[in-house]
Amino acid sequence: MEFLKKNPKIFQWLFLLIVFFALCFAIEVPETYKFIRGQAEFIKDPNQSTFVFAGKEVRYYAFDVFWRLPPLLGWLPIWINDSLFFLMNDWMPMEFWNEDTQEFKTRPLLLQISRNLTGFMTFIIELIREILLGGLETIVAFTSWDFIDANPWAELPGLPWTIVAAGATILSYKLSGKGLAIFAGLTMVYISIFGQWKPSMQTLSFILVAAPLSFIFGLGLGISAFKSKRVEKALYPILLVMQTMPQYAVLVPALVLFGVGDHAAVIITMIVAIPPMILLTLLGLRAIPPEVIEAGRMSGCNNWQLMFKVLIPTARRDILIGVNQVIMVCFSMAVISAFIGAKGLGFNLLLALNQLNIGLALEAGLCISLIAILLDKMSLAWANKQTDYFGNLSFFERNKNTIFFIGAFVIGIILAYIGTFLFKGTFNYLFEIPHNKGISTADFWNKGVDWIFDTFFVYIKAFNTWLIQEVLQPMRALYLRMPAVATIVLVVGAGYLIGGIRSALVVCGLTLFIALSPWWDRALVTTYMATFGVIISCLIGFTVGTLCFQSKSAAKFMLGVCDIFQTFPSFVYLIPVMMLFGITDTSVLIAVIVYATIPATRYTIEGLRSVPVGLHEAATMSGVNKFQRLTKIEFPLAFPHMMLGLNQTIVFALFMVIIGAFIGTEDLGQYILKALSDKNGAGIGLTLGICVAFIGLIFDNLIRTWVGKRKKHLGIA
Amino acid sequence: MSDAVIKCESVYKIFGENAEKMLQEANGNVDAKTFQENGCIVGVNNASFEVAKGEMLVVMGLSGSGKSTLLRCISRLTDATGGKIFIEGQDLLELNNKELIDLRRNKMGMVFQSFALLPHKTVVENIAFPLQIKGINTDDSISKAMDMVKLVGLDGRENYFPRELSGGQQQRVGIARSLAVEPDIWFLDEPFSALDPLIRKEMQDEFLRLQDKLQKTIMFITHDFDEALKLADRIAIMKDGIIEQLDTPAKIVLNPATEYVRKFTEEVPREKVLLIEDVMDQSTSDNLGDLRVSKDEIIENVAEKILTQEKTAGVIDSNNKIIGSINPTKIINTVFGGRKNGN
Ligand SMILES: Nc1ncnc2c1ncn2[C@@H]1O[C@H](COP(=O)(O)OP(=O)(O)O)[C@@H](O)[C@H]1O
Ligand SMILES: [Mg+2]
Repeated sequence: MEFLKKNPKIFQWLFLLIVFFALCFAIEVPETYKFIRGQAEFIKDPNQSTFVFAGKEVRYYAFDVFWRLPPLLGWLPIWINDSLFFLMNDWMPMEFWNEDTQEFKTRPLLLQISRNLTGFMTFIIELIREILLGGLETIVAFTSWDFIDANPWAELPGLPWTIVAAGATILSYKLSGKGLAIFAGLTMVYISIFGQWKPSMQTLSFILVAAPLSFIFGLGLGISAFKSKRVEKALYPILLVMQTMPQYAVLVPALVLFGVGDHAAVIITMIVAIPPMILLTLLGLRAIPPEVIEAGRMSGCNNWQLMFKVLIPTARRDILIGVNQVIMVCFSMAVISAFIGAKGLGFNLLLALNQLNIGLALEAGLCISLIAILLDKMSLAWANKQTDYFGNLSFFERNKNTIFFIGAFVIGIILAYIGTFLFKGTFNYLFEIPHNKGISTADFWNKGVDWIFDTFFVYIKAFNTWLIQEVLQPMRALYLRMPAVATIVLVVGAGYLIGGIRSALVVCGLTLFIALSPWWDRALVTTYMATFGVIISCLIGFTVGTLCFQSKSAAKFMLGVCDIFQTFPSFVYLIPVMMLFGITDTSVLIAVIVYATIPATRYTIEGLRSVPVGLHEAATMSGVNKFQRLTKIEFPLAFPHMMLGLNQTIVFALFMVIIGAFIGTEDLGQYILKALSDKNGAGIGLTLGICVAFIGLIFDNLIRTWVGKRKKHLGIA
Repeated sequence: MSDAVIKCESVYKIFGENAEKMLQEANGNVDAKTFQENGCIVGVNNASFEVAKGEMLVVMGLSGSGKSTLLRCISRLTDATGGKIFIEGQDLLELNNKELIDLRRNKMGMVFQSFALLPHKTVVENIAFPLQIKGINTDDSISKAMDMVKLVGLDGRENYFPRELSGGQQQRVGIARSLAVEPDIWFLDEPFSALDPLIRKEMQDEFLRLQDKLQKTIMFITHDFDEALKLADRIAIMKDGIIEQLDTPAKIVLNPATEYVRKFTEEVPREKVLLIEDVMDQSTSDNLGDLRVSKDEIIENVAEKILTQEKTAGVIDSNNKIIGSINPTKIINTVFGGRKNGN
């Protein structure tokens, strides 16, 4: 009792838990309730209740409101859907000039805007694609198909792979030096020899459009949010939701607005990639010391110079992290947007995964990852580049990279020309190695997978069965057994205890939205998988991080590993787990764990590192041993930063759980996937996405509030 | 109009939402407390003074007394809430944006307490920055910047990044940058406060050497009274946004205007501040000894010579004309007496 009096918070938490469990026991499971109701949402059943709101009919199984709230927001997806269709097809019809038919045509405004945007995107993607691979579309865009028919020569020839490879190598050398150049060269040769050239260049052309556009828009919006409080306020909620919104979910509404294809993929990618860029730009600009800005002003900068010569370069560190994020998101989306018809490696990867051809998937995944790492390193090197004013260089020295490239260009063309004689009647390997004519290791990997499966099948299966039966099923049942009211009390109570009435209200709103949507049960399943993944990830990340922290070089190495792993598109993680565990929940969870361990490890190391050196020394001087120092000083001080890592871990875990729907799970992700192939799926997809985002935001709010208070308490805010 | 380079007339700076309205209602009678109750913070309160060409005015005061704010008003990094500021006779507050930028590009240089270097630029790039902003091409600006690098003694380090330099070296870069455009007016906001005492002394000497050579019009800010005494032609002492006293170091030490100023001067070694002129007798009695001292000498430098003499020493001006006398007793009184008074 003494103890409780001293720690009133603990008493409050205990009280909250008691109320929660009391509610759980007091509210019986209704007899008609089946844990997961299968397809019930789509089946008309006389037992269902209905209500009509805003002209939309919602059907649902009614339970005791304490057990499950009725889906009062069930009309929302339908309403979103109808609104989208109305906006696209009937809203503000206007006269537009049509080039093809040479007459005015009436079209709704939004449709016309979408068409123009689409046309523009398609044009630039095709342009870059045809420079790399050759083709007709660009010339057609300036002339017409008739022109092409009349002039058989009119075709962009495309660059031989040798030239692109040499170009990438020379550029890498110019930007960063030998190391990156060798990496670039090997990557390009690998891609070519293994017959991945065409899809790789398709993906690359997609990235080369999406990444710079996202960067520019993100930077621009970040700047305007920095300059104007009003813009910032308007952007803030969008940024917040987009941070935890699974990328999948944005696909569906985009499908309605922009149709299917690379252009839609680029637009979607931008929607997903711009928010983190805005956030990081804002963060970086905010952190600039006011005196630096004043120094810029006193140097006589006008507003433009101040922004581009002082502010942005000074905020470079954060902006670079933004660029890194943009590239990461772009590659992630390069795969995901294959669902809406983006061509390239992502499409091949999904196809291979679908056919369970792990070897092929692995090859495509490796290519994507290599290109992602290459572009990431190149952009970093570019931003860190320095000029030398004093070297007295000869003309050749100054222009050697250009000269080498011209040389490589000529040689490449000559080689390609020679190739036309060398490989008469077959494929010109010196121009482009076709997809199915490269070396393929797919068989090797597939055999390997088979071998692993045959050899370890018994153990894997045993482990799998044990995990599912003994751990996952019970855990899932427990989550689903929670009455809605009990869950809400628990979450809101936690909000109140951590952040007072304000936090409680925010969290309550977020939870209610999910509880009143038709997918509460699914959200519980998503949460259970994420929780499981997060717990294990944190245990691993925490341990690994702490161990690595003991040695400077190990810590640095581990952070490097985290960097590289983070660059892999999320889908790539599914490949090895499917290799080992096939199509089960275990696979998804292991992918979740691997993926979410990255931020957990990173933040543990960074948190421990952020403990001031003075404290280490003071502690050592007062005769504390290593272990005591860790538990008594470093952990408590690093804890707030590590909690931010937990935040990221949760977001990562949620993303992977949703992507896991591709393997087959029974959660919100499964419905998002379904919505993708549903003509009326836009509203459902978006609402589901918001549900997932809100799950993330609930934890986000609780953790951030707690960290803020804790930091203030420790005086390290 | 006088030859004042900088001239302030009743300058006010008040932070807060309806600062301007409140200032108008106050009718020139600004009381920090009433303003604070209404959510306004008084930064500068009715500052009027002039700085002549080639003069160094040191603004002194504890932290939060409004020194930086005053300086920022005069460089128009923030707009004064009330009053008038003239730079070489030009009304600063009337300038439009373009004229202001021109003024800064050609007439003003500023050094900051935290150095405020651009982290992504090397030493020489940082120094060349104001020149490049002006539109001077790369070669010329770099070569000019190299001259400045030599001037502040950083040769050999021109390709270092700020993060690779010590605090003193970083501030040398800051000084070089502020001088690169050869400004007439030089603002320094606590330039040496972030440095270690030894380095600070070295930098002060260096600064005096530079000023000897360059003869800029200077506003120098510090919270260190010793530094002020060492550098200043005149000192302005600020408290809560108000300039309590503005005078030469000697006069401030001899006649502190307020209790607040007196507290500052209490611990000051007088012999280091006062000149012979400040303590000499106007009368030139006939029984002068052979010793002659200049009226502009600091007492400390000549005290020993005077004290070893029995007779009164003569005080001469720059034309070697005797204008007064000083006897050893006077010296002893000044050095020890002043402190007794303080207690
Ligand atoms: N941008 C600002 N907004 C509100 N108050 C400010 C601002 N800048 C300075 N102040 C206030 O004005 C007063 C004087 O500050 P400052 O001029 O920086 O003092 P000093 O440079 O003498 O240490 C302080 O009370 C400070 O809190
Ligand atoms: Mg200051």
